[in-house]
Amino acid sequence: MAGIPVANTFPRLLQANAEHSGNLPAYREKEFGIWQTWTWSEVNEAVRFLALGLRSLGLERGDRFAIIGDNRPPLYWSFTAGQSIGAIPVPCYQDSVADEIAYVCEHAGVRVAVVEDQEQVDKLIEVRDRLPELRAIVYTDPRGLERYDEVEGLVGVETVVEAGRGLHGRDPEDYEREVARGRPTDIAAILYTSGTTGRPKGVLLTHTNLIEPARRAVKFDDLTRRDEVLAYLPMAWVGDFVFSIAQCQIAGFCVNCPESPETVLTDLREIGPTYFFAPPRIFENMLTSLMVRMENAALVKRRLFAFFLGVAQRVGCDILDGKRVHPLQRLLYAVGNLLIYAPLRDVLGLGRIRVAYTAGEAIGPDVFRFFRSLGINLKQLYGQTEASVYVTIQADTEARADTVGSRFPGVEVRIQDQEVQFRGDGVFQGYYRDEAATAKTMTEDGFVRTGDAGYFDEAGHLRIVDRSKDVGALTDGTLFAPKFIENKLKFHAWIREAVAFGHERDMVCCMINIDLEAVGDWAERRGIAYSGYADLARQEEVYELVRGAIGDVNADLAKDPALRGSQIRRFLILHKELDADDGELTRTRKVRRTVIGQNYGELVEALYSGRDSCRVAAEVTFEDGRRGTIEADVKIWDVDAAAPMAAAA
Amino acid sequence: MKREIGGGRPIAELENIHLSFGGLQALQDVSVAVKPRERLAIIGPNGAGKSSLFNIISGIYTPSSGTIRHKGEVRPSRMRPYEVARLGIARTFQNIALFSGMTALDNIMTGRNSLMRRGVLGEALQLPWARRQEIEHRRRAEEIIDFLEIPSVRRTPVGELPYGMQKRVELGRALAAEPELLLLDEPMAGMNLEEKEDMCRFILDVNEIHGTTLILVEHDMGVVMDISDRVAVFDYGRKIADSAPDDVRRDQAVIDAYLGTAHEH
Repeated sequence: MAGIPVANTFPRLLQANAEHSGNLPAYREKEFGIWQTWTWSEVNEAVRFLALGLRSLGLERGDRFAIIGDNRPPLYWSFTAGQSIGAIPVPCYQDSVADEIAYVCEHAGVRVAVVEDQEQVDKLIEVRDRLPELRAIVYTDPRGLERYDEVEGLVGVETVVEAGRGLHGRDPEDYEREVARGRPTDIAAILYTSGTTGRPKGVLLTHTNLIEPARRAVKFDDLTRRDEVLAYLPMAWVGDFVFSIAQCQIAGFCVNCPESPETVLTDLREIGPTYFFAPPRIFENMLTSLMVRMENAALVKRRLFAFFLGVAQRVGCDILDGKRVHPLQRLLYAVGNLLIYAPLRDVLGLGRIRVAYTAGEAIGPDVFRFFRSLGINLKQLYGQTEASVYVTIQADTEARADTVGSRFPGVEVRIQDQEVQFRGDGVFQGYYRDEAATAKTMTEDGFVRTGDAGYFDEAGHLRIVDRSKDVGALTDGTLFAPKFIENKLKFHAWIREAVAFGHERDMVCCMINIDLEAVGDWAERRGIAYSGYADLARQEEVYELVRGAIGDVNADLAKDPALRGSQIRRFLILHKELDADDGELTRTRKVRRTVIGQNYGELVEALYSGRDSCRVAAEVTFEDGRRGTIEADVKIWDVDAAAPMAAAA
Repeated sequence: MKREIGGGRPIAELENIHLSFGGLQALQDVSVAVKPRERLAIIGPNGAGKSSLFNIISGIYTPSSGTIRHKGEVRPSRMRPYEVARLGIARTFQNIALFSGMTALDNIMTGRNSLMRRGVLGEALQLPWARRQEIEHRRRAEEIIDFLEIPSVRRTPVGELPYGMQKRVELGRALAAEPELLLLDEPMAGMNLEEKEDMCRFILDVNEIHGTTLILVEHDMGVVMDISDRVAVFDYGRKIADSAPDDVRRDQAVIDAYLGTAHEH
């Protein structure tokens, strides 16, 4: 593509941008209420001085240095500055506590830390005795640091830049020589995975690893220097590196940094990005707050909104997918676009979106369809730090809620023992100083084990069903993916939590926690009296409601040849809400299937013994910390399996 | 960092002030002075005359008798509040007194009022000097927004803000006048612990970084003892003590009148 510089290290990419489009905006940041802009040539100059300045602090080729803070232009520049002199950036999560930062910095043996502000400086000072190799702490925001003059090695970024400027004045070729020494096969960054289990691992990625897949993604979505992104996700996350550094430099688009983490939504509206990434929960929150605001709107507006939302739900996705739609519906949608969808997109800050992605977790199909039906090109991708993000991706016409797309260009993906494995030029070089973990993750033929179980459907789209270790099988050998089924159940408004059983059993059964707010509201509107959760949960009408929801999930499962056999055949509604205080949920509200299986052993047996009710006594922790028991009769209902043909109709 | 409290003449000085409303003696023979860069706290039970004292300094009330000096010079006995504001004195109110329909930014901009040069025509025609002035005032307001960490509510009408935030905006408006002397009337009232900690930090920073002199009325004794250099205690319109926090804490008259722990041993 014309204008896209072909360079194979990050410092060279930056130089090429400064040459080709020196006067175009590269970074923006809102400061004192105004968006300040830096052009590519300004950034190039800043990076050059910062690089030489960092070297004068004792940062040498091959050394590691930490970067900690919110998304700020000078922190982004420090990545490339360090890379120019052959040092390796190690970004840390800015909201980590001191101990976590100490672990990463100690493990990586960082010599210098470039940090945002007093908050991060304080953390480093707190753990400094664990970091004997740390020579200097460079801060970008001096606020509150006036009283820190006695801290050894603490220096403001301006001072470092000035030192670099002096060095450049004495030897103008110095920087170019440093950049020329860089090889595409050098390590460009060590990205520590946040690690839900155990200590974080440092993923080694080269310039080639990060640049080549990012270059293909730029081509895939036709990103150009006219695109705009808002950089608001953690800088330590591989996605931000790829979107806000790699693709920014490859496509030459401008990266906008929010004023503060609290102002992201306002900044989103002001910038109106064309290329956007957000995890599912952000889209879910947007939808919820929108619905709450509409509830409080005037009746006319509410009616209008409901009507056109109906139109969008019927035809919006098809129009976006380029499918044939009846001309009358198309006209109605155009009117809706004028009156509702366009203003709505604008309010959400998504008015100019060309390409938006979500990844990381399963997104609710309703949420996904809602955004697409409004004309927002939201798609999914599946990736990992170990892949420099990209494993699979959805093209514009194949965006679906329940898959994560097809193979990303240049990546091989295979399913081995139900596990997704991939190979390509984005594949990492190993975990830093952890050969055992590297050996466990890499296969002998160069594939990476993702630890995720999945399969390709008929259309060649990857479906992720669960973590491999959680996937089991029914006695007849049918694949049983509990989290996949539970997620499908939880996407229903009535169901708050679900626990599926089936491994080494002859069928799938599940326990349900109803959503007290949603079902309670539903019951009130129908004049069903209830005294509390336990009472509501045992009502016949509620069982009927939940059976309907499970029927939908079964119909969904029936469409899928691999999962058809794992439809839910029996269920019960638990007499109490699962609670983290009782050890049934983790603090992040993930169900602990084994704990629940033990606590409610009688119920599990009753599910599989064909009985239609079971008397239980459960130990509970009350709000005030006292412990007590609840006794109840729990009903067990059967559900019909959906036939594959009926589901297809 | 050691903070220098300015020696020499006080920035504000009240001498033998009397104030009465009809037959009610609100202040009786009160003398109090505050030095440059000092942090003076005024405490006392309700109705002790604390707010009256603030109202006298800021020109809302005129004392029945007594002298007020500003940097050693005797102030005219009657001064309008805006004239007092031009002397470099700003205040916040016990009950928040913001324009609730206006945004946080606009409220803070109103604090620049005493520093704006007049000229309706120039403003209306957007003449260059008027625009320069507007930009300069806006820049100062934005610095305050940054300092108080409230950019996320810049465009929010203050009526929609939680109480603690409104208190912050009110402080922002007072700071916008770039005062030498800042009067804070119960800045911590109704706040939770975290909000109080934030507010203390802002108040200390204003004093230490910008050198602003502070007089604050506050009921939270922890805050008073922690952040003030000197405490003046009022009771029934009289000053009954005026010394360092530790001495005040041990003063029997103060304990009897206010701290209410006279019989603990």
